[in-house]
Amino acid sequence: MEKFTRLQQTAIPLEIENVDTDQIIPARFLKATDRKGFGDNLFCDWRYDNNNNPISDFILNDPTYTGPILIAGNNFGCGSSREHAAWALTDYGFKVVISSFFADIFKGNALNNGLLPIQVNEEQLQTIFEAMKENPKCEFIIDLEQQIVEIPSIDFHIDFEINTYKKTCLINGYDDIDYLINNKNKIEEFERKKNA
Amino acid sequence: MGKTLFDKVWDSHVVDQLEDGPDILYIDKHLIHEVTSPQAFAVLKDKNIPVFRPKQIVATADHNVPTLNQHLPIKDELSRNQVARLRKNCDEYNIELYGLGHPYQGIVHVIGPELGITQPGMTMVCGDSHTSTHGAFGSIAFGIGTSQVAQVFASQCLLVSKPKSMRITVNGKLKKGVHPKDVILYIIAQLGTDSGTGYFVEYAGEVFENMSMEGRMTVCNMSIEMGARGGMIAPDQTTFDYIKGREFAPSQEELEEKIKHWQSLPSDNDAVFDKEYRFDADDIGPMITYGTNPGMGIGVQEKIPSSQNESFQKSLAYMGFDQGDTLNGLPINYVFIGSCTNSRIEDFRVASDYIKGKKKAKNVNALIVPGSQQVAKQIQDEGLGTIFEEAGFEIRQPGCSACLAMNDDKIPSGEYCVSTSNRNFEGRQGPGARTILASPLTAVAAAVEGKIVDITQP
Ligand code: SF4
Repeated sequence: MEKFTRLQQTAIPLEIENVDTDQIIPARFLKATDRKGFGDNLFCDWRYDNNNNPISDFILNDPTYTGPILIAGNNFGCGSSREHAAWALTDYGFKVVISSFFADIFKGNALNNGLLPIQVNEEQLQTIFEAMKENPKCEFIIDLEQQIVEIPSIDFHIDFEINTYKKTCLINGYDDIDYLINNKNKIEEFERKKNA
Repeated sequence: MGKTLFDKVWDSHVVDQLEDGPDILYIDKHLIHEVTSPQAFAVLKDKNIPVFRPKQIVATADHNVPTLNQHLPIKDELSRNQVARLRKNCDEYNIELYGLGHPYQGIVHVIGPELGITQPGMTMVCGDSHTSTHGAFGSIAFGIGTSQVAQVFASQCLLVSKPKSMRITVNGKLKKGVHPKDVILYIIAQLGTDSGTGYFVEYAGEVFENMSMEGRMTVCNMSIEMGARGGMIAPDQTTFDYIKGREFAPSQEELEEKIKHWQSLPSDNDAVFDKEYRFDADDIGPMITYGTNPGMGIGVQEKIPSSQNESFQKSLAYMGFDQGDTLNGLPINYVFIGSCTNSRIEDFRVASDYIKGKKKAKNVNALIVPGSQQVAKQIQDEGLGTIFEEAGFEIRQPGCSACLAMNDDKIPSGEYCVSTSNRNFEGRQGPGARTILASPLTAVAAAVEGKIVDITQP
């Protein structure tokens, strides 16, 4: 997994609530057997029309907004458990998603793929959307070590929460799987007791 | 303080606790299917590690499979490859696979319970969000991402933080024509699609106590649609009777021992939940959805509410509805009865009871997709097949089918489909398709009438 520490970049606003994983990556693209290439079909049905032409008013097709940070409406990532949604976002180039609420499984999947989900409150989310309307190229500073999001141009500064274990994993690029494998003895011990 | 059903099962599966971090949770049963497993097997290959407990894994092919001519090679190349990859991986890692052609094949959440694999007090996972279905037996069952599938392969464990607990109590007696699907659609409409996030739900009260196992599965199945990781119902005599005699159920003697343990699982009287909701069975009627998330549901007779919210407006525009519309009487051309929510034998009994001696409306395309080979067989053995065929319904072979339209079973763009599945997301049943979620009874009635009707009205 790629390490995450700090970034200073612009963002893309997706002002839609309840964006479900079927929108992030429609089911018909789940037939692959590897993790690559899903970015091309990210938000496919909103991004392209029936003839595969870009739909100009969808935000990813609007050159005004660029950057590896996605700002999304409430309850982002609801629906299916498909990790392909997280792969599609990272493959497209996103490193951070900011929303006022994330669905559980999506959040876990994001963290397992080095994609940082940052939860802000509804008011802060609106402030961010407003700031981006005023200045589409406004820069964000995201610092995982210090757990802060800043938009220097509007003096916006917030702290965000993240589980200490997950933070360590992201900063060091560790996967849960290594941790679990290193605990095999404990697991076997548990099995022995359980079956006793 | 007493413990909840959820606490009891969770706590007995904690291998270790990380300080200010997640628990290492032991997983009893791991179900896999073709779509979310290949990349997990690839992780094992990359790291050169074996599957830790292959005997605790069961595989099936369901999401991608065609529902016609399953004996022939799958036409779609990508689907064919994915299903073939599953077989190859299962062979290589010694995992039991109920693939196409096997008498146990079917939707992963239908076959687990019907084979007796799902049992009270277990922890179960699958790379699929509707794993919550298995909670109907009083097990902790939840969906996971592919990285986690790899973790369970490697260690039979997961790193997860313990969710909070919620209890939803529904007391009273359901009106005639009101089904478990209506109950869960009602609950989600009342609470909203993100109300359960961070929680594990226990469904309690007379309505669930009096419900069949199939009904309980329908309810638990849709827990994820309110954001909850899973739902559970306390195991009772109905549960034990259902399990008894199934393929992988404990033998008679063992079962008696197990039942003693299972009887200790229900929440203690003094257990405290982080959140509680109560509803009255009397308030619940046949439900349908009008929008593009399962929380956008109303009674068949009710009007679509109004809201200035942009996402709400966008959703109505996609569905072609207006605020204040009622859907009672809306003409529809497609009906789908299937999916892990409603494709068990009980669902088809309800459906066939209604349509016996009737015919589907000419304009309607009505698809019946059993949840498993065993259900398909039961449909024929009980004579339901003839009833469906005489009424003009098309019976297909088992799989997820039009629930997510990964195979050829797609609803055309712009068309309404009354569907017994669990998600009405944009494009879920095919690009542009408009899904209206409903119970099997409301769905067959729509097929016969060619429009949405209130089944409780004469
Ligand atoms: S039937 Fe639908 S919801 Fe159920 S497992 Fe298949 S795709 Fe998922």
